[in-house]
Amino acid sequence: MNNRYELNKNLAQMLKGGVIMDVTTPEQARIAQKAGACAVMALERIPADIRTAGGVSRMSDPKMIKSIQEAVTIPVMAKVRIGHFTEAQILEAIEIDYIDESEVLSPADDKYHIDKNQFQVPFVCGAKNLGEALRRISEGAAMIRTKGEPGTGDVVQAVRHMRMINQQIRQLANLREDELYQSAKELQVPYDLVQYVHQNGKLPVVNFAAGGIATPADAALMMQLGAEGIFVGSGIFKSGDPQRRAQAIVKAVTNFNDRNILAELSEDLGEAMVGINEQEIDVLMALRGE
Amino acid sequence: MKRIGILAVQGAFFEHKVMLKELGAEVIEIRQKNHLENIELDGIILPGGESTVIGKLLRELDMFNPLKQLIDDGLPVFGTCAGLILLAKESINEDESYLASMDISIKRNAYGRQLDSFQVIHEFKDIGEIPMIFIRAPYIISTGNEVEILAIVDDNIVAAKQNNMLVTSFHPELSKDLNVHKYFLNMI
Repeated sequence: MNNRYELNKNLAQMLKGGVIMDVTTPEQARIAQKAGACAVMALERIPADIRTAGGVSRMSDPKMIKSIQEAVTIPVMAKVRIGHFTEAQILEAIEIDYIDESEVLSPADDKYHIDKNQFQVPFVCGAKNLGEALRRISEGAAMIRTKGEPGTGDVVQAVRHMRMINQQIRQLANLREDELYQSAKELQVPYDLVQYVHQNGKLPVVNFAAGGIATPADAALMMQLGAEGIFVGSGIFKSGDPQRRAQAIVKAVTNFNDRNILAELSEDLGEAMVGINEQEIDVLMALRGE
Repeated sequence: MKRIGILAVQGAFFEHKVMLKELGAEVIEIRQKNHLENIELDGIILPGGESTVIGKLLRELDMFNPLKQLIDDGLPVFGTCAGLILLAKESINEDESYLASMDISIKRNAYGRQLDSFQVIHEFKDIGEIPMIFIRAPYIISTGNEVEILAIVDDNIVAAKQNNMLVTSFHPELSKDLNVHKYFLNMI
């Protein structure tokens, strides 16, 4: 792996213990930064609205992304469609800090993900299980997140993915060396990545939780389950008091193990986003891209 | 055994922990005000992360004043990247300063965006050549009389020391080189 890839993994390390927030305007970006976001995800519509609107959803207008880059000093991320390497080239041209190859947008390719090793800017990708995470890493992802189920306010899938990834990591760590070849075959991933996980008991990149996180308690739950940080999408700007809720989630991620602080932070946050249960939705975005 | 606190409200604190343990120090994660007040520390590390987030959490978790007091009373402190920003007296491209304990003027995100992050191997005073990893890093523009400059890369000051305070704009904790952490432990 080259030096640029290491530097890109390093940036994700700096985001650890932090909250990355979805924003659609420079004004929201400023609110997010003021509330303590460690980075923002610039997009035209937040996942809850993408879900409602339906239709094909694509990379955001570069002009809109640039206006957000100008509004804040923290890193700015933006989404491209799965497999749409030209959208990624465009984001690299405007010097985005991180690209999210995201199932939230309509996939552009139903077979191939972007060869992320061909880019200088870092990528974050979603994963439901260890095989998916390691495939994305071998394609060059410098950061992994759970896929959750964006725009629902229902945390069940993020929990499922995080538990699954960490269970599979623990299993690999406990195998004999000579059993790893079979694991590589079963997981459909390169042997050297399987060996890394076996030796280190963790992914070679930072792993965040994303999808359906709507409260400080949701965020702390994900951290206790082993997430290294949190993405919050619709949960903040679809709630009654975004600034207050954003601040509470940031503090909950820092003190995720302190129940007294969590109790205090959960008080009086106004209305949470309404949310949809997993069973009530037609499109499961998490199933996009394996 | 030296007992070192690591400010652990956000950022890459785990990496510092690994290095300090390798050097035989006891490490305590500092997340709340009472950790600062009730635990006797020999030194503290302010890690890399987002300075806006760490600065804000210091204030909101009521840790700002006790931390500043400890540092101003002489507690050895080592700030990397965001930690350097927190310690600086002023930033030329930001209105806000934080602990403002160290007589340096700095520039935040001085090199640009992530595409401008880089690594070099460079001379560090009294140590020799070490790897230096810069991630959306700041650098030091000017220093007061009491500040000793420890490293200059491309005409920019990237490491300095003032009495009990050590700062680097790069991340020794992201390399495998323990020398800067050893240097800090020797300040105690």
